[in-house]
Amino acid sequence: MIKFITFIATFLVFAFGSAKAEPKKVGFIYIGPPGDHGWTYMHDVGRKYMESQLGDSITSTYIENVPENADAVRAIRKLADSGHDLIFTTSFNYMDQTHEVAKDFPDVKFEHATGYIQADNVATYSARFYEGRMIEGHIAGHMSKTGTIGYIASFPIPEVVRGINAFYLAAAKVNPDIKMKIIWVFTWYDPGKEADAANTLINQGADIIVQHTDTYAPCQAAQKAGVFAFGQASNQEEFCPDAHLTSIEDIWGPYYADRAKAVVDGTWSSGDTWDGMDKGMVVMSPYNTKLMPASLIQEAVNMEVGIKDGTLHPFTGPIYNQAGELVVPDGEVAPDGMLLGMNFYVQGIDGEVPQ
Amino acid sequence: MSIELIIGILEIILIATTPLVFAGIGELVTEKSGVLNLGVEGMMLVGAVTAFVTLVITGNYFFAFLISILSGVIMSGLFAILVLFLMSNQIATGLALTIFGIGLSSMLGKEYIGTPIDGLSPWFFVIFSFVIVFFISYFFYKTKMGLILRAVGESHNSAHALGYSVIKIRFLSILFGGSMCALAGSYISICYAPMWQEGMTAGRGWIALALVVFATWKPERVLIGAYIFGGVTILQMNLQALGLRFPGQFFSMAPYIATIVVLVLISSNRLRIKLSAPASLTIPFYKGR
Repeated sequence: MIKFITFIATFLVFAFGSAKAEPKKVGFIYIGPPGDHGWTYMHDVGRKYMESQLGDSITSTYIENVPENADAVRAIRKLADSGHDLIFTTSFNYMDQTHEVAKDFPDVKFEHATGYIQADNVATYSARFYEGRMIEGHIAGHMSKTGTIGYIASFPIPEVVRGINAFYLAAAKVNPDIKMKIIWVFTWYDPGKEADAANTLINQGADIIVQHTDTYAPCQAAQKAGVFAFGQASNQEEFCPDAHLTSIEDIWGPYYADRAKAVVDGTWSSGDTWDGMDKGMVVMSPYNTKLMPASLIQEAVNMEVGIKDGTLHPFTGPIYNQAGELVVPDGEVAPDGMLLGMNFYVQGIDGEVPQ
Repeated sequence: MSIELIIGILEIILIATTPLVFAGIGELVTEKSGVLNLGVEGMMLVGAVTAFVTLVITGNYFFAFLISILSGVIMSGLFAILVLFLMSNQIATGLALTIFGIGLSSMLGKEYIGTPIDGLSPWFFVIFSFVIVFFISYFFYKTKMGLILRAVGESHNSAHALGYSVIKIRFLSILFGGSMCALAGSYISICYAPMWQEGMTAGRGWIALALVVFATWKPERVLIGAYIFGGVTILQMNLQALGLRFPGQFFSMAPYIATIVVLVLISSNRLRIKLSAPASLTIPFYKGR
């Protein structure tokens, strides 16, 4: 009898023990390769951080180079079909595809980066990169000798337009005559084209290159031409040490670990997360002490403190649009709703947002 | 507009267009012999990664380009064996070569992503790209070998009946195409954007393929087509940077539209196809039939 009870107990321990230890599967859809040292690279750093935090309770996989078209549906479906419990789709234009697959898999949790539409099983998350753009703009206002900034923009989505405006507002505060030259390249990832755009801007007199694309080609081009540049998404100083002023780094790890833990614990719920410097989701790379005066670095650090404690906001009124209409009244800050849907340039920027 | 600005724009156009010229002219020679190789993108990527890795290991630019061209020869040699001796379908094999090249280059370059290198000045290659186009044009229309190569592409049975080795000529044409594609790739990873990134050719191989059709299989027109493409791309960037209000998306797709229009035009007239496209393109050659 005792033997029998022992047997049953052992059986139960094994059966339920192993069932309990079954790790949750977390999948990622990447727009580029993890080696881009930019956007996708930082998501992959976040994924690894999540793995290191949660250990055996999860496993993770990723599919790289997924185009923002119907292929994305297949890639996301593949992850959902193969038993993944939580799927991060890490680019804005995966929005429709994420929701299409999410409808068919109500038990799978989805997280769509930089999106704005939620569902019961689709959460959205993003970082307030524009806080970093404000600091870059301030630095550029001081560092530019020609008074011309070259900005390489990817796609005309609110995220990118917001960055341009935040940058310009801060730069114009330092130097009201500052000029922005903006090139839309309509790609996130094409080192050759990004270099072409940087060289075109430098040729037209820009002495600071800002990019919202994913590789360090623009920073390299700036280095070659002897002008300054801001990196993108990760610290790119080693590729262009004589040009690189700072980068805005995207720190996704803690968020990914948090959300994966919630799935493991069964407490996951949909929602929208938009964190910035205060939560450590946006971090500035070390400022280049060789190129920037110490006083300017101190100003930048002070701005970080101001942004973190809420006394400084990149979109503080009065802000006018290109038509001269007041969009944010004096002393107020732009509401998140306006920032999320931002599709206009502020007054002072030439050209128009491609529609 | 100052003269410096215009010179600057021309420089950027030349640098940006050169890889298209290399890949386009290589593919043109392959197609002129009657073989369609859709593996351009894959061969470019493998060429880019082998050049980059060789440069990081040896620090020697000459070796980098040599090994890269060799990799193009090996990749296209593989394709040649499959389509010429094993009679596999050219279109399917070419697509497979691209997929293989994307994967292989990612694997070979994994350890080398983000390794900083000193880029090489592009000007030698820019000049070389013009030289090679005029050389190929001379070769096709002024030499006996060129005539034979074109004959093989037009009617392999006739060429065979006249005693020319169809397989050998096609093999060499494919190898030439492969080495040019690899050169285009190595130019990208060492001169144009000195770095290795997975998939960094970003579709230029497909543009090169379209250029050959756009050029209606004429070498000088590959050059012209490539410069129209490169020129429109860079000019629209300049217009944007000048703050002009104009649809950037339209100009981004303009070269593709131009290719489709040319395709429609040449295919609307059967005679025109016969005059321009090599008649034996994609048709396998069976010896003794």
